[in-house]
Amino acid sequence: MSELSVDHLLGIKYLKEEDIQLIFETADHFKEVINRPIKKVPSLRDITIANMFFENSTRTKLSFELAEKRLSADVVNFSASQSSVAKGETLIDTVNNILSMKVDMVVMRHPNPGAGVFLSRHVNASIVNAGDGTHEHPTQALLDSYSIRERLGDVAGKNVVIVGDILHSRVALSNIFALKLQGANVKVCGPKTLIPKYITSLGVEVETNLRAALEWCDVANMLRVQNERMDISYFPTTREYTQQFGVNKKILDSLDKEITIMHPGPINRGVEITSDVADSKQAIILNQVENGVAVRMAVIYLLASKIKQ
Amino acid sequence: MSQKVLLSSKEIHIILHRLACQLIENHLDFKNTVLIGIQPRGVFLAERLSKILKEDYKVKDVALGYLDITFYRDDFRRGEKPLEANKTNINFLVEDKKVVFIDDVLYTGRSIRAALTAIQSFGRPSEIELLTLIDRRFSRHLPIQPDYRGRQVDAINQEKVKVLWEENDGEDVVYLVNN
Repeated sequence: MSELSVDHLLGIKYLKEEDIQLIFETADHFKEVINRPIKKVPSLRDITIANMFFENSTRTKLSFELAEKRLSADVVNFSASQSSVAKGETLIDTVNNILSMKVDMVVMRHPNPGAGVFLSRHVNASIVNAGDGTHEHPTQALLDSYSIRERLGDVAGKNVVIVGDILHSRVALSNIFALKLQGANVKVCGPKTLIPKYITSLGVEVETNLRAALEWCDVANMLRVQNERMDISYFPTTREYTQQFGVNKKILDSLDKEITIMHPGPINRGVEITSDVADSKQAIILNQVENGVAVRMAVIYLLASKIKQ
Repeated sequence: MSQKVLLSSKEIHIILHRLACQLIENHLDFKNTVLIGIQPRGVFLAERLSKILKEDYKVKDVALGYLDITFYRDDFRRGEKPLEANKTNINFLVEDKKVVFIDDVLYTGRSIRAALTAIQSFGRPSEIELLTLIDRRFSRHLPIQPDYRGRQVDAINQEKVKVLWEENDGEDVVYLVNN
């Protein structure tokens, strides 16, 4: 297979296993490219990409923008706070206005779940979902799996636990889809109030004891508690959350194996993981960030190759 | 489809030795020279030449790298099939080095044009030469000529030159294929 089965990256849900493998193989080449003295290839000289962020982001936006620039695409940036959205313009109008300036691809982050799917049906451009509310964040899940593959050789057959706020996490949902598709075993762990009722229908197990989860897993993906998305109190205090679901050096050292620690960022140091864990050899948090650029280059390159001249 | 043999295994053997000797004539001990095989099919020729230089002509150290040109090609989004990348493996800087590009067939010259751009990502070479086993003259789209050539061929556009290598295809042979 040398071509993606989709024209947009709206979610992992819409991908096939072969798509993921193709993205990873392409990302391998781009990882080599971004480690050269000159980290740029001219492939996308005639492609223009709009980064439309209707929600705050630093890391993802920077990572996408770097990926686009390393591929020589022309990039325009848009953030909702400084735009006509504040004046009442609809999403389709906003995007169509940008597209009439001859933009080929839109990378969009939006607070509403399904915003990417909606857009892909109404506008004529390749859409990359950079996070839609609590729904999906496909490139994050791809770079997480890519980082597991890099550290452990393969994703299939590995035990991965996702710890924390599963309810509000698009990273968790995309990761579950991606990991299951590649044949990994997945558990979720966190306070019961932050685990959706029907999560087991996705083929994952629920574990409420952090220690048991860590003893079972090869990889622990630690999520941030998303206070900004919480309308009510889901647990009594941050201190209690940390006591039950925070990972520290002591608990890691007491396991009889060395597990890999991941975190999609931004880290709340001392809440979900302590500083000594975040900065330890076991953590591949900064590898995830580096791989993010290579994986996003692969996604953009593969989608762009399907845009007709 | 018909095909005729352009070069037999024995002829290839002789030509490779001649090309190796021509390289030595210009580069002596290869101290400041690097060989770059162009992916995918130039790699076999590059490996073969480097082996001959080391084993038969006692050249001590020949730096050898592989360069993939996929992301530098000028036909992205233009072909029927998507472009598939190969591995680039150049673990040295080419800054101020003499670079020899090695590819099996020189046809339109577009691959070499892409390679000239691609190699700049690894530094500024002092000079670049081109070695090809088969030079299809009269079919160039760009002003690019080889410095070392195995055999010159007059082939028309419908014809295809197929280079097979023992380590990959089971035998050393060059065919001219007519569709």
